[in-house]
Amino acid sequence: MPAIEVSGLRKAYGSLEAVRGVDFSIEEGEVFGLLGPNGAGKTTTVEILEGYRKRDAGEVRVLGSDPERPKPDFRQRIGVVLQQSQMWANLTVREIHAIFAGYYWAPRDVEEVIALVGLQDKADARVKTLSGGQKRRLDLGIALVGDPDLVFLDEPTTGFDPQARRAAWEMIRSLRSLGKTVLLTTHYLDEAEQLSDRVAVLRDGVIVRVGTPSELTTADLQTEIRYRRNGEEILVRTDEPTRVLAELTSAAVARGEELDGLQVRRPSLEEVYLALTADEDEA
Amino acid sequence: MSAEAIRVGLRRPAHRIFVHQLRSEQLVFWRSREAAFFIFLFPLLLFLLLGSVYHGRYQHVPIVRAVLAGLVAYGCANTAFAGLAIQLVLRRENGILKRLRSTPLPPATYVGSLLVSTLIVFGLQTIALFLLGRALYGTPFPSDLASFVATIVIGAAVFAALGTATASAIRSAEGSSAVVNFILLPMAFLSGAFGPTRGYPAVLRAIGEVLPLTYFVKLVDAVYLHGDGFWTQPEALAVLGAWGVAGLLFTIFKFRWEPSER
Repeated sequence: MPAIEVSGLRKAYGSLEAVRGVDFSIEEGEVFGLLGPNGAGKTTTVEILEGYRKRDAGEVRVLGSDPERPKPDFRQRIGVVLQQSQMWANLTVREIHAIFAGYYWAPRDVEEVIALVGLQDKADARVKTLSGGQKRRLDLGIALVGDPDLVFLDEPTTGFDPQARRAAWEMIRSLRSLGKTVLLTTHYLDEAEQLSDRVAVLRDGVIVRVGTPSELTTADLQTEIRYRRNGEEILVRTDEPTRVLAELTSAAVARGEELDGLQVRRPSLEEVYLALTADEDEA
Repeated sequence: MSAEAIRVGLRRPAHRIFVHQLRSEQLVFWRSREAAFFIFLFPLLLFLLLGSVYHGRYQHVPIVRAVLAGLVAYGCANTAFAGLAIQLVLRRENGILKRLRSTPLPPATYVGSLLVSTLIVFGLQTIALFLLGRALYGTPFPSDLASFVATIVIGAAVFAALGTATASAIRSAEGSSAVVNFILLPMAFLSGAFGPTRGYPAVLRAIGEVLPLTYFVKLVDAVYLHGDGFWTQPEALAVLGAWGVAGLLFTIFKFRWEPSER
């Protein structure tokens, strides 16, 4: 049974249609990335799945529950990292973990979770003394302390420096190895590419593409082959890079020439994403 | 045994989550020095100040006893109305309330433990006021303790309802304490919590006549100064009840768990 199943999901705020018919499903143990620019409907979609908002139309199943009428174990089995939230500034990391642990039937060991999110040296530090990245790790820790099966991460690394981002990625990878299902929203493409088994690109409230990161980068844009000839750069875009490259190189070998500056590159997810999310009149 | 069965087997009884949350609320309250000072200590400091300023008799009793009764009433509004309103706005705007909503903590357990926690703070403050009064000014303890405790609980309930209503009406964390104190301090003066209002202009006394704190001061005066049962004050109880119900209804329709849209 999939951990999450969504079909025909719609949600409007007044006359603004934030989500306009979204379908996807997430398997147990999968890390699923929801990617899209601001205002694409990512947070609205996730908050419907978390049970914060009511949908206007569509079917939603999360861990076998309808989030609008959750079974008693629904909130036991989910962990949530909100896009923005703070914790009591005067409490310590350990105290806050212990408070959240007390809400669950079978919490994980508090010290173990603190170590998992890399805050063991800060366990007795008050929240107000933590850096931005450390506060985000606290958010992740209290999302994991109930030992959830499904974790929602809404832009978990926004505002991190590169080192903290790498550390957070390691943690999210460790969630996969624990068998957790993860729904990750992000507007960082490298993050989605690094962490997700599959990615859905959301634009103007609809999903414009779903697939593994490599499916997205091969299916959507042509491979680029560049080289220089007589000092002039030549760019070839092709769906058949193997054949085109073989022709180019064999012709060059036959002429006894070198293809200067030869490069073959697959488009990055970023380029695919920009192509998918660009306004039609710009594209 | 399936994972589900293990979980059900370990399900915590409701009262244990309540006690857990109550302890958490107490920890949060006492750990914040600003809250502990302005909510808990401030009425005690006012008692030290006013108790040494006023001399003579009021309503046939030493005036320091009336000062004590007024500060018990003020402490109630300060703790259950102002303290609760400011804490709730901050928690809502910081996203703490929203975050808690996604945990298995039931909303009723959360609200209940927050109210009981507030009552504990106010109860300890009242005890501290009486101990201070006894030690410094020779004021007696309440003669009818049961009636006094009932009065305290009634007042805390009414002002907590007004506190949650005010929190629901305030849209941003910035300035929330200014707004709340702008309501609380004039109310304290106009209601007579800081001393008799006989010398005030008629218009101010007329405003005082509709404020809930005025009636709570009357109730505390009756029970503490004159040893009457709390039920001997039907008018005060009716006005307090009306304010409490109004606050509760406003809260039910307007309370939000999520931060205001920015």
